[in-house]
Amino acid sequence: MADRDENEQKGAAQMNRRGLLKCMSWAGTGVLWTVSGGVPRTLGLLGEAHAAEAQASGFTFLQISDSHVGFDKPANPNALGTFQEAIAKVNAMPTPPAFIIHTGDITHLSKDKEFDDADQAMKALKQKVYVIPGEHDVADADNGKAYLDRYGKGTKGKGWYSFDQGGVHFIALINVFNFEPGFKSAGLAKLGDEQLEWMEKDVKGLSASTPIVVFAHLPLWTVYQEWGWGTEDAPRALAYLKRFGSVTVLNGHIHQIQQKVEGNVSFHTARSTAFPQPAPGSAPAPGPMKVPAEELHSVLGVRTVNYVRGKNPLAVVETPLGA
Amino acid sequence: MISKAGLLAGALGLAALVAAAPRAPSADAANSVAVQIDNFHYTPANLVVAAGTTVTWKNDDDSPHSVREKDGKFKSAALDTDDTFSQTFAAPGEYDYFCSIHPYMTGKILVKPAGS
Repeated sequence: MADRDENEQKGAAQMNRRGLLKCMSWAGTGVLWTVSGGVPRTLGLLGEAHAAEAQASGFTFLQISDSHVGFDKPANPNALGTFQEAIAKVNAMPTPPAFIIHTGDITHLSKDKEFDDADQAMKALKQKVYVIPGEHDVADADNGKAYLDRYGKGTKGKGWYSFDQGGVHFIALINVFNFEPGFKSAGLAKLGDEQLEWMEKDVKGLSASTPIVVFAHLPLWTVYQEWGWGTEDAPRALAYLKRFGSVTVLNGHIHQIQQKVEGNVSFHTARSTAFPQPAPGSAPAPGPMKVPAEELHSVLGVRTVNYVRGKNPLAVVETPLGA
Repeated sequence: MISKAGLLAGALGLAALVAAAPRAPSADAANSVAVQIDNFHYTPANLVVAAGTTVTWKNDDDSPHSVREKDGKFKSAALDTDDTFSQTFAAPGEYDYFCSIHPYMTGKILVKPAGS
């Protein structure tokens, strides 16, 4: 059994690598997820065939992240443009995803104009878009008022919520308020007590066989403490999910794909549609990474997830904007 | 030590100006201190000023940053590249601040009584 699991993981890793290699010839979009049996998995560009397959017995949804509308620096002089490109790619998918999630940093500076432009761009999507804020969306002097006025309706606390689709329970967590300043700690994100208490109740009545998909802006595992790429109280949230057979965590924030499997939980971070960031520790600071213009689209992307009822894990398809 | 020496010189300069003539240039320069934000750092990260000093942060980074006192005593909106934020420190004390976008970025302003 252990061998089989190991082989499966190896297989998944190979698929990831192949996906990444193929992505090199592309120019950035979003992340497509296939939910099959409750565990998402990256399929690289094998995606469309699997998406069609998933559609027959389950559904697909798409993750888009870190659009940073308003960003206009050398790393990408037109972040709104690449966001619109990503959206056009989604609309051109032969198997349209059931819905879209945007995992935060919709805007670059929380400005009204940026939110307006982003909203306008997202109006081109035919599906419902579920959003959560990144820290760039709550960077106004009023601590996120601009975001919450716009997207907070019908949510709990500072914008968190959950919903069910096709037998999967989705939980949208917010970890961009209550930052712990790095005076003594590592400056990690926090979910906060109020949200954690809500979450505990939210999952209480669910059967352990319900596939769970959690999305939050900052990673719910510590990718790189020195750059604050983690969430201090995430272990508490994950403890509430321990009894579930399949838990998938989708994050943004770090503008690159990182994945980890821990027991029944698989963690995935997504590409940005705006600009790449350096691999953990590979640069003095995590600022926007400049790549030659012709390579930009290969490091941006969207993700699709296919959900198929059955014994297989969720399938995750990374789609760079340049393919 | 350097900041203190600078401060002393500044304070002396101010005293001289006050005592001197109405045509003396404004005392603003002596009462203003700049903090640069670059490469995800505040420079200087620790700053000693006299009460009444205005500190101006300027973002020279290509990422946005902010300046937020840990208890919210002062806070800026997100500062884009080249944006500035100023805060005048009337009361002596210690002010720890951080970037609300990248909370591991921290700095401190130590405000000494004027003339001390």
